[in-house]
Amino acid sequence: MMTLKVNGHDTQIDADPDTPLLYVLRDDLKLNAAKFGCGLGQCGSCTVIVDGKAVLSCVTPLVLLEGKQVTTLEGLGTVSAPAPIQRAFMEEQAAQCGYCIAGMMMRAQALLLRNPKPTDAEIRAELQSNLCRCGTHMRILRAVHRAARLMDTADASANERSGR
Amino acid sequence: MNAPVVLDRRRVLQGGGALIVSFSLGRAFAQEGAPAGAASKGPGSLATTPYLDSWLRIDSDSRITAFTGKAELGQGFKTAFQQIAAEELDVPFEAINVVTADTQLTANEGYTAGSHSMQDSGTAILNAAAQVRELLIAEAAARLGLSVEGLSTENGAVVAPDGRRLTYGELVATDMLHVQAQPQSKLKDPAIFKVMAHAVPRVDIPAKVTGGEAYVQDMRLPDMVHARVVRPPSYGAQLVECDSSAVEKLPGVLKVVRDGNFLAVVADKEFRAIKAMNTLAAATKWQERANLPKQDDLLNVLTSLPSQDSTILDRSDSSVSGQTTLVATYTRPYQSHGSIGPSCAVAHFADGAMTIWTHTQGVYPDRQAIAEMLRMPPASVRLIHVEGSGCYGHNGADDAAADAALIARALPDRPVRVQWMREQEHAWEPFGPAMVTKLKASLDAMGRIADWNFAVWSNTHSMRPGGAGTLLAAQHMAHSVAVPPAKPLPLPEGGGDRNAIPLYTFANAHVVHHFIPEMPLRISAMRALGAYHNVFSIESFMDELAQLAGADPVEFRLRHLEDRRGRDVIERAAQEFGWKRDRKPPAGRGYGFAFARYKNLAAYCAIASEVEVNRETGRARLVRAVAAVDSGQVVNPDGLTNQIEGAIVQSMSWTLYESVSFDDTRITSIDWQTYPILRFDAVPDRIDVHIINRPGQPFLGSGETGQGPAAASIANAIAHATGKRLRDLPLTRKRIKEAIDA
Amino acid sequence: MARSPRIIASIVAVILIVGAAVVFATVWRPAIAAIEPPSPASFDPAVVKRGRELAALGNCNSCHTRQDGQDFAGGLPVPTPFGVVFSSNITPDPETGIGGWSEAAFARAMSTGVGREGQHLYPTFPYDHFTNVTDADNRALYAFLMTRSPVHAAAPPNDLIFPLDQRPIIAGWKLLFLRRDTFQPDPAKSAEWNRGAYLVDGLAHCGACHTPRNALGAERVSAQFAGGETDNWRAYALNDRAHAPVPWNAESLYAYLRNGWHPDHGTARGPMAEVVSNLSTVPESDVQAIAVYMADVSGAAKPERDRSAVLAQAEPAPAQADPTGSAIYAAACAACHESGRPLPYGGVNLALSTAVTSPDPRNLANIILAGVPAVAGERSPIMPGFADGMTDAQVTSLVNYLRARFSKEQPWTGVEKTIADARRTQTALFQTSPEPRNAPADPSQRDQP
Ligand code: FES
Ligand code: FES
Repeated sequence: MMTLKVNGHDTQIDADPDTPLLYVLRDDLKLNAAKFGCGLGQCGSCTVIVDGKAVLSCVTPLVLLEGKQVTTLEGLGTVSAPAPIQRAFMEEQAAQCGYCIAGMMMRAQALLLRNPKPTDAEIRAELQSNLCRCGTHMRILRAVHRAARLMDTADASANERSGR
Repeated sequence: MNAPVVLDRRRVLQGGGALIVSFSLGRAFAQEGAPAGAASKGPGSLATTPYLDSWLRIDSDSRITAFTGKAELGQGFKTAFQQIAAEELDVPFEAINVVTADTQLTANEGYTAGSHSMQDSGTAILNAAAQVRELLIAEAAARLGLSVEGLSTENGAVVAPDGRRLTYGELVATDMLHVQAQPQSKLKDPAIFKVMAHAVPRVDIPAKVTGGEAYVQDMRLPDMVHARVVRPPSYGAQLVECDSSAVEKLPGVLKVVRDGNFLAVVADKEFRAIKAMNTLAAATKWQERANLPKQDDLLNVLTSLPSQDSTILDRSDSSVSGQTTLVATYTRPYQSHGSIGPSCAVAHFADGAMTIWTHTQGVYPDRQAIAEMLRMPPASVRLIHVEGSGCYGHNGADDAAADAALIARALPDRPVRVQWMREQEHAWEPFGPAMVTKLKASLDAMGRIADWNFAVWSNTHSMRPGGAGTLLAAQHMAHSVAVPPAKPLPLPEGGGDRNAIPLYTFANAHVVHHFIPEMPLRISAMRALGAYHNVFSIESFMDELAQLAGADPVEFRLRHLEDRRGRDVIERAAQEFGWKRDRKPPAGRGYGFAFARYKNLAAYCAIASEVEVNRETGRARLVRAVAAVDSGQVVNPDGLTNQIEGAIVQSMSWTLYESVSFDDTRITSIDWQTYPILRFDAVPDRIDVHIINRPGQPFLGSGETGQGPAAASIANAIAHATGKRLRDLPLTRKRIKEAIDA
Repeated sequence: MARSPRIIASIVAVILIVGAAVVFATVWRPAIAAIEPPSPASFDPAVVKRGRELAALGNCNSCHTRQDGQDFAGGLPVPTPFGVVFSSNITPDPETGIGGWSEAAFARAMSTGVGREGQHLYPTFPYDHFTNVTDADNRALYAFLMTRSPVHAAAPPNDLIFPLDQRPIIAGWKLLFLRRDTFQPDPAKSAEWNRGAYLVDGLAHCGACHTPRNALGAERVSAQFAGGETDNWRAYALNDRAHAPVPWNAESLYAYLRNGWHPDHGTARGPMAEVVSNLSTVPESDVQAIAVYMADVSGAAKPERDRSAVLAQAEPAPAQADPTGSAIYAAACAACHESGRPLPYGGVNLALSTAVTSPDPRNLANIILAGVPAVAGERSPIMPGFADGMTDAQVTSLVNYLRARFSKEQPWTGVEKTIADARRTQTALFQTSPEPRNAPADPSQRDQP
């Protein structure tokens, strides 16, 4: 049993300590956003934010998470009250199958927390570790730029929710 | 009519007391036979599933459901269908609910493939909706004692000139829609479209960007357990030893399932299933056979395998003959679908019935295959399509569904979720087949192509289920089912010869398809099938010939093309790109152009590219691309743009980087280390898609149309930038560098 | 990499003394007249091709190309204990590159470290090795560089401490450290050995990283190949004091240098990744020669340990080890490093890793934090970095655990500081994936390099 802070809540987790965070999120906490893509740290579809930084949940075992804050896409906002990054992806229609998108958004969110006005090159460099097979890249880039603009005007509480 | 079916559906839909119109299932219809259908062939899939209520249902509370036998694969057509139904029924977009492929609810529309969804299902829904609207007006006219002429529809109701309104819910009566479609429908004038031809936001995106349940991978049924398969290390490997005792003692492990070479383990939690899978894999011994061909000699491998040859175009005009001749050979390696999310399915076996949630592209054919594998009557097997990670053809989806079914049968009453591991997806998915094309053409004195010879060598491009033998699980079972013999896909759509016949007009033209039945690797349909390589070859060769003729590549194409719509997209793409004869690109860059009409039947697409080549490293990057597309009547322009952008980007990745690798025994490209694909550093600066809308014209599928032209326009731009022609896909950094340094 | 102020003070003192000598030495050499950039067509393609291979052997692109910069256009900051030197533009741009350089000017720069205008060049440009390069090879290199695309890009001014920002000082440095003699073959050795020696001590300048430097930044001749450092990476000892668990031999060196990995040693990363990616493009015989020579230099004196003996000595889990480290290893590392999947796509068994037996944990820390990013568009090993997923304390536990379990060496000291350094210096790597100019050779086989 250990306590994990996910999306602002303390949760008691009863999982083997070598369990990667990805399975804790999906299996124990019934969260959908973080996706299994490779389990090898090669594709980024499992990306979540831990203490403000983008982390690959498939290679981050529970043992590393004591006392840290985990934020998933679910913790940013909802369909009716979307966070700026979510609004941006909806407005840009930045998905085809969308399987990679949650990971893209979390990595982009972490970038925007650290660097609210990234250049296009900075966004590309940040997303280099995340793969998309459908070829949604152009829209993803546009959506991250849009999110940066939206966040500029977003209220502080949204930033708090997003794990800043 | 077919009472048991109706009852069955009632139970499924839990329709309660609502007035539910009779609904003809594909299955029920098949049982009825279709003598009348043959007499009055409706458009699109109405031809095979003619009853209007197979497509549309209106409840007494005016709720409207549209049914499609096609599967949403991330192309966004669920939204497009909703637009079509809303438009023709004159209801708001939100008033429609779309139900996708489900063997118990929707028509049998075969596979969601070949860019057919809009043509088949979209056309069916369009016409069904128009005809339903007519029926509703007629009903209202009867009830109000008015003639139909004065009646109109608006916002889900029929309105009389005197202001009286009858809602669709009030009008619809039992069995009213259970009539066969007429061959002709009164379609709306595109000029007054309110929903169609507008960029309506996709209905699936909100859940996908907020962590909603969006994929089969996200399903969690009560009591669900997790399974993992231990796949053989290579094709044809035999399990010789398996000690499962240690695995069975692991925490949470519920069962080890073994059936011949099929081996799987079930656990209460997902990660425990993975650990158990690893332990089990370590406790197995396989006997492998070394029978894969040489990876780096596909040209000789393919051209020396026995083939069935057919001449698919033979045109001659002895009055025209060529003077200068060019020959070239182009090759394509095996390539992976490489979905980001490995294949997944959930199966539940209870009360003698099997229910499977799957991201298959064909719920009906896959049901037939799985039923055969399980030796169950198809009626006791239900497949429900749930979205998966993007799929670009026949990937592991059907196999995962079969895996889940086989395991669920061994563990009755517990829903079983199976997801493949990354290396399983990469090693076991059916690849896009390797291909070889040999071209030879001569130019006449005027610089026109006088004589065109094209030969393509390829395997089949579809080993999709239908029979059980195509499923991995069925092949691996103790009572294994043999892989069915490979068959070529017939023209006009074709498989390996898809788009082998040029759309251009040449006086003498000869096209031969060498169909190779024997398959060294597991292969099947991958986006655009043979069209990817055939268009790459034709359009590369057109540039080579243009150069020989001293002609501008765009002008050279137009010189040989009569098709008006084809000329339009070429001219549009060239104009938007700023294409000019002999225009000099910046240093280290090149311009390329290519065109095709997908299958010579579907959407038209022309693409102009600017590519930058690093002469030191050989690395090529697509800087920008401009596409022009004509896919007939546009339903959702943004959705179409999204598809074309995606096709260009994906095709660029195939074209520059991708090839399946293998040694004599095993597939060795089994993850993203060994099967690299595009990453963000190589994403173009911009892609512009220009749509030529054709109001009122039939929908032309567009999901695959960009694949071939993108590849060729990039290859042509590389040739322009470097002065070197590369003919072997992929056009890797290494190959480009070697060509530059040569 | 900053040195303590005390050391810097002594450096300055020495330099002032040397400076006095320098006053009498020639501090400025004559300029060689600028020429019109020769036309690329004026060079023999065969010579250009040879020059390309030599440039790869010399790893020229590694310093003369900035991340995201144009090839050979320079501007790469090279950190030294004395400040930052920016690499120069060696494209044939007449204003900012070497377009105006005659072949004689180029050859003089290579052999004596003097620029065309007569200015002394900082020895970050390893002319102390390039003195050995033959005229014929210089000619080929010149031909290669003069046929590159000219790029107009001026390097930023160097940022050096006084008095080292005064170029005449370099003359004194040369007086002390620049060998005037050039490479002489050893008739007692094979032609291959001599070829290897010529390359290793000359153009390939292996000692520039693998030989420790003295307080004035010159290689310590007496400690050749005893291990050095570069870009906050340890360049391992290549002499008889090498720490590789399984000793290197000519065969394993060849495979490693050619393919970027070897089953007994793991995968090249950090600055060495660029070296091997370059070596994948040169003639096999040259790599073979380097391997033969280096195997001889490293000496076969020590008792041979083979792979299985090394693997056997790795303890399952030492009792004294930190349980946190053990748990992190089991959960985060073992899945790849114990997968049994062959290199380079499976993780190396860490008992074989020189990073674990090395005298300091610097490379281990670098690799844990930064991982091995994918080489864009190429088959290449990938390891996720843990900089954002592990705290310094967690990395420390892991590093200590790996040392205890996978080596017989004493525990490291100062691990925390090394990790903090690694975090600071490798930051660029966490944000972007560096793109080696050339990927290593494409290993598609399952088991063998
Ligand atoms: S699933 Fe974690 S990186 Fe691929
Ligand atoms: S949208 Fe399908 S993988 Fe990115």
